[in-house]
Amino acid sequence: MSSNATATVVRTGASARFVIYTLLALFSLFYLLPLYVMVVNSLKPLSEIQSGGMMSLPEVWTLAPWKSAWSTAQIGVEATGLQPFFWNSIVMVVPAVAISTVLGALNGYVLTKWRFRGDTIIFGLLLFGCFIPFQMVLIPMARMLGLVGLAGTVPGLVFVHLVYGIGFSTLYFRNYYQQFPTELVRAAMIDGAGFFTIFRRIMLPSSGPIAVVCIIWQFTNIWNDFLFGASFSDFDSQPMTVALNNLVQSSTGVKEYNVHFAGAIMAALPTLFVYIVAGRYFVRGLMAGSVKG
Amino acid sequence: MGFLEIKNATKSYGPVKVLHETDISIEEGEFLVLVGPSGCGKSTLLNMIAGLEEITSGDISIKGRSMAGVRPAERNIAMVFQSYALYPNMNVGQNIVFGLEMHGVPKPEREKAMNEVADLLQIQPLLKRKPGQLSGGQRQRVAMGRALVRNPDVFLFDEPLSNLDAKLRVDMRTEIKKLHQKLKTTIVYVTHDQIEALTLSTRIAVMFGGHVQQLGTPKEVYDNPANMFVAGFMGSPSMNLFAARVALENGKAVAMAVLADGSEAALPFAQGSSFEKHDGREIILGLRPEAITDRDGADRNSQSVHFIDAHVEITEPAGSDTFVVTQMGGKEVTGRFRADVDVHAGRKFPFAINMEKAVAFDPKTEARIS
Repeated sequence: MSSNATATVVRTGASARFVIYTLLALFSLFYLLPLYVMVVNSLKPLSEIQSGGMMSLPEVWTLAPWKSAWSTAQIGVEATGLQPFFWNSIVMVVPAVAISTVLGALNGYVLTKWRFRGDTIIFGLLLFGCFIPFQMVLIPMARMLGLVGLAGTVPGLVFVHLVYGIGFSTLYFRNYYQQFPTELVRAAMIDGAGFFTIFRRIMLPSSGPIAVVCIIWQFTNIWNDFLFGASFSDFDSQPMTVALNNLVQSSTGVKEYNVHFAGAIMAALPTLFVYIVAGRYFVRGLMAGSVKG
Repeated sequence: MGFLEIKNATKSYGPVKVLHETDISIEEGEFLVLVGPSGCGKSTLLNMIAGLEEITSGDISIKGRSMAGVRPAERNIAMVFQSYALYPNMNVGQNIVFGLEMHGVPKPEREKAMNEVADLLQIQPLLKRKPGQLSGGQRQRVAMGRALVRNPDVFLFDEPLSNLDAKLRVDMRTEIKKLHQKLKTTIVYVTHDQIEALTLSTRIAVMFGGHVQQLGTPKEVYDNPANMFVAGFMGSPSMNLFAARVALENGKAVAMAVLADGSEAALPFAQGSSFEKHDGREIILGLRPEAITDRDGADRNSQSVHFIDAHVEITEPAGSDTFVVTQMGGKEVTGRFRADVDVHAGRKFPFAINMEKAVAFDPKTEARIS
């Protein structure tokens, strides 16, 4: 009797799982459809798209749209391709992510292990900063950048993203370090380690998972940002997102959809790359502290 | 002037005073145990000695040097934490020498010190392992090694054995005691376990409610508790405390305790105790279980053993002893009988009471009378 009952349970379990996985597979196919469209259309000549074959595989495979998008496409007034703007984005993202992560870690360390009067208020204000809509700060920020002479430059953009990023990175590290045993810090103090030595030798080596979460989050946000890029950059300091927009929006000549698709994929590749390299730590980091051990 | 001197030290968090004026002074090489229930201020006091908590008022000095404003690293102390607090990213060897490295000791000397300590604690094979790969007892050793290697003036132990299982705890207790006898360093040790306190210490400070209730040698604290809290806290099973009335008969004081059947038992106090002021008054009489026993188990050296017939409520055989429960002064009173005494619940049995060991407390102030 009982073995029959278990058998039924297993069978219903299997069929239920079959339904679930089929549905999930369909959903993911649907979700991946735009990527498919982008990839196939970036690899075919423009004539094939214009003749209405959006969904079909290319008849003639070509890398020409990619080459064009990278180095020869008309962006604004000059035919430079996306290449210089890609480097603009890299030069903007790397320091912004690095500095905001390090400062966030430092803030989290202070807010949990070197508590001071009013620290919760400071933390509250930092959190509040995370949730101020971007649009609200555009004009004051433009004025600020103008005053300090960073308007229209890549360092200016780095600064803007840094200011916005610190709130989030502090939140991540504070919550992570809250779980970190304070006795370790005290032991290090008695051992004679100072503020920064404890940070560098004790805290940072144990911060891998949360650092990955923070880096992925900041990298994605800053790389994908369009509003700040469009508002605070000059033509030669534009980030990738803004340049892509200019490529697609340029009103002269024929719309080269295959080049546009190639450019859009290029703009998305770095974030994809970061997810693939560090993604498995991402889930682990988000779960960190939720389960003991 | 003691080696470690705590003078009028207090600690407050805002309006809450967690440690009241505390004076403790110990000599070099002493083993001071701060014992008390949780929240009594013992860990706070330890952290104040370590410099991890600021002193609100008063002073603490080590080797005659005031510790006011001296950072933990400069006090020449070492501490073993309850959670061991081993740095998870460093291996055992690096953990042990981290303090030396921070104090700028050159590498060859660090290695030498590390090997000495590893030999002493027999953790030589573990040096390359990470703390996560060690058992509880091994972590405990490493934590002690990290403290030992510094060769500090004072060792501070914060409930170091409370995370270990019962058997290991007893082993490590013995080991700590051996280590102390060998190295003769000054130790301040916090625990809530009164047995640890009695076995390890040369001096005990019993704490409760932010006050040091009594400071003394283990024997003083056990035999002559200053108040009812100390009497009840130290010893296992704890001291029997029950109400009795003082009567003076021919100038000799007698404690009258009501038994289960309503009759009064007369228990004359030992010579030398003075109760003139308390004639006819209620007191709380304190008798340890080993002072209430069977006829043949009674202390032969005592001049003041008295016998009463009392009703046995329960017997609890515990292997080496049998604990016998009766009623006195309206309270359950436990006596420690020899294991093979033929005693049965529900009957009367002669109890031998050693009044030399009896202590008396004021029922209102809970302080010791005599």
